[in-house]
Amino acid sequence: MSEVPPTRMNQQIFKAKKKAAEGGHKLLKKKADALKVKFRDYAKSIAETKSSMATDAASAFFSMTQAEYAAGNFKRKVAEGGMTARVRVGAGVDNVAGVKLPVFTKYETGATAENQSLGLVGGGKKILAVREKFTVVLEMLIKLASLQTSFQTLDEALKVTNRRVNALENVTIPRIEGVLDYISRELDELEREDFTRLKLVQGKKQEEAKEEEKAKAIAAKLAAESGKPVLARGKENDEDITAQYDADDDADVVF
Amino acid sequence: MEVGKLIAVIGDEDTVTGFLLAGVGHRTADGSNFLIVKQDTKLQQVEEAFQNFSVRDDVGIILINQHVANDIRHILKDYHETIPTVLEIPSKEHPYDPEQDYIMQRVNMFLGGGM
Repeated sequence: MSEVPPTRMNQQIFKAKKKAAEGGHKLLKKKADALKVKFRDYAKSIAETKSSMATDAASAFFSMTQAEYAAGNFKRKVAEGGMTARVRVGAGVDNVAGVKLPVFTKYETGATAENQSLGLVGGGKKILAVREKFTVVLEMLIKLASLQTSFQTLDEALKVTNRRVNALENVTIPRIEGVLDYISRELDELEREDFTRLKLVQGKKQEEAKEEEKAKAIAAKLAAESGKPVLARGKENDEDITAQYDADDDADVVF
Repeated sequence: MEVGKLIAVIGDEDTVTGFLLAGVGHRTADGSNFLIVKQDTKLQQVEEAFQNFSVRDDVGIILINQHVANDIRHILKDYHETIPTVLEIPSKEHPYDPEQDYIMQRVNMFLGGGM
């Protein structure tokens, strides 16, 4: 099933791998949980902000209508001429469990407002009200934009994290376990093989010894029958080989 | 280049005027950061404006009226960047319908399915 050679070393390596994979799985699961909590928070506040945005925008549009009634058609004037943005958004970064979320903050450049003279003839107050209302709506929209970007980023991050968790859980760890199983099976098999071989060798040796014993016995019997001393065969080592050099038999050496 | 990003607006006259009064308008020699969509504005023009805003790196948020967004839904669907963020806003004539907003659909699905 696998191209890994079943050795003790590989077993150790794969045991370490399994441990690492399990550790990673645990950490990723925690991360996914943390992300999910944040995700839910964002989803809730988006739902709330969007529904309140509808009413706020409606009142802003109503004030616009009022201004139009009071000041005549000023819309064309507003869209005319060169202008510089007074309101910009600064991009900050929020960090949730290692996922970077963009956060927009409203940022006033301090440039002077154009069309200050708008509504000089009449309805200036109404136009001011429109400015204020739309500024409020704009602030809300900027908040909503941050929420929405964070939501999308989190959504993506959550998907990736979940995919990783599942991959570890359902693919990587089972595969490592399979390899470990395979290695230990093979090792056991080798051990059994070794054991049988040893047994076989031992049996053979015993058989040989028995045979020898038998041969000796037959030789002894034959010798007893013929009355000749038995020439010990093969067991020379048992005899005292120094006997023939017994010191007592030697004549004294005189110098 | 100035600090901070611009807020682009695509919408009907009332919406754009309102946000211009709030001070988001920015017009240079290269062009402006808003588009007024009138009855006789061609769809192609809206599409171009959106594509234009979405690739500009000095734009942070694109506000777009929901009824306009519905017209260029085919482009919005393929738009997956985080920045600039596309935000659908209600307009004067068309009350806000959360059902048509992709994000709201996702939120509702999550909140509905998760509880």
